[in-house]
Amino acid sequence: MANVPEDLQYSAEHEWVDGEAAVGGEVMIGITEHAADALGDIVYVEAPAVGSSVTAGEVCGELESTKAVSELYSPVTGTVVSANEALAATPEDVNKDPFGTGWIFKVAVTEAPQGLLDAAAYGELTA
Amino acid sequence: MSATRSPLHDEHVALGATLVDFAGWEMPVRYSGDIAEHTAVRTSAGLFDLSHMGEIAVRGADAVGFLEYALVGRMGAVGLGKAKYTMMCAADGGVIDDLVAYRRDFDHFVIVANASNKDVVLAELTARAAGFDVTLEDESAAVALIAVQGPRSEGIVTAMTARDADNIGPLPYYAATNVVLSGDIHAFVARTGYTGEDGFELFVAAADAVDVWRLALAIGGDAIVPCGLSSRDTLRLEAGMPLYGQELTRATTPFDAGLGRVIAFGTEANPRGNFVGRTALEAARDARPTRVLVGLVGDGRRSPRAGYSVTDAAGTPIGEVTSGAPSPTLGRPIGMAYVPLSASEAGTEVLIDVRGRGEPMTVAALPLYRRA
Repeated sequence: MANVPEDLQYSAEHEWVDGEAAVGGEVMIGITEHAADALGDIVYVEAPAVGSSVTAGEVCGELESTKAVSELYSPVTGTVVSANEALAATPEDVNKDPFGTGWIFKVAVTEAPQGLLDAAAYGELTA
Repeated sequence: MSATRSPLHDEHVALGATLVDFAGWEMPVRYSGDIAEHTAVRTSAGLFDLSHMGEIAVRGADAVGFLEYALVGRMGAVGLGKAKYTMMCAADGGVIDDLVAYRRDFDHFVIVANASNKDVVLAELTARAAGFDVTLEDESAAVALIAVQGPRSEGIVTAMTARDADNIGPLPYYAATNVVLSGDIHAFVARTGYTGEDGFELFVAAADAVDVWRLALAIGGDAIVPCGLSSRDTLRLEAGMPLYGQELTRATTPFDAGLGRVIAFGTEANPRGNFVGRTALEAARDARPTRVLVGLVGDGRRSPRAGYSVTDAAGTPIGEVTSGAPSPTLGRPIGMAYVPLSASEAGTEVLIDVRGRGEPMTVAALPLYRRA
């Protein structure tokens, strides 16, 4: 059973959101352990460019494993303020520590997020 | 319909495997990790459960004549205890399945079919058997197939063998022998595989599968790693081996896939009788090929995947990717694709439409990896 930390929020597309998910807030985003496990060994992460705008529910990047490729969705709307540059050299961090060193990008939120799930709801989704 | 379980299902669960539905079977896609499993086969040894593969026994006085009619290869030339890579084609020359045929006796062959095609192959063999003195038996449920692949596989399989262990080492590629494994388990051991490495495939009774699996892990120790379907796919891709449903389909002939050599048309000195697909395959042989299966290698990070377009520099589609992945051994994206003859020469620069962006890749001869 994949780990689902209690203190994070989640999207149905298997991203997690850490931080103040409200207008004016800044959040850190990654993919869940469930998603990382399903992809297998991740060898390439394409995060959205710093300074670009992302829209909740829309594709903003991609993750590639030996087995498959998966699109990365933004769980919130806003402006990308940073991306995890370490993943260029160590994309396996997404598998090893999806909720920590495997974070993917940070967004300054410009619209109130809708439809984010708490840990219990996300856990049910993936049960 | 629920998926069929391998006789090794409980072993896979105990090893923490991620199981997926594959051609109606619930099979391990990975245990520890795709890259670690792939690397183990290239550098040491990997253990695979191939129980999903179909095994069809052909017995009878007309076994040779029947298989020479039903399949494209010259089965009468296969020696006792030898194996042959062959195909079943339709009357129009399209590939129904690629197969390995093992000759177990003068009048007894075992045909190993892809899991997804086993029922079709069995039905076609049955239809083609009219008038021949043969019996066909689907042994897929009774037989477990376990593969030990990698440079250390010979030592491991030899050590697993209690009687006639000396026969394992000298066994040539595509040859097989009956041995008795530790625990008095009878096995038909073939030096065959789908990884591009030295390796063995062990046919055992389904009831013995758990004992053989555990024996391989116990003998192999740190040198052997259980491997799932994901690493099996990247291993065969690097080795340039076709996968049915991707490089081979009903719409491709063996010539399209560069495998015309599997068809024996016979010669004047050594003629061969009729076989299903002969007329269409002769025409395909004599026609100028319109497309060629080639390898692809890239310098970027994004990989080609099955179904992606191959385009010229202007972005005009010229072909299609059949398989692709980031190669664990080569450390770069690789693939296989059908391209027109004009773009098939090694070194030709093409673009692959990877989700809307053209990724430059270079055409390369197959296989993309060859063991030292």
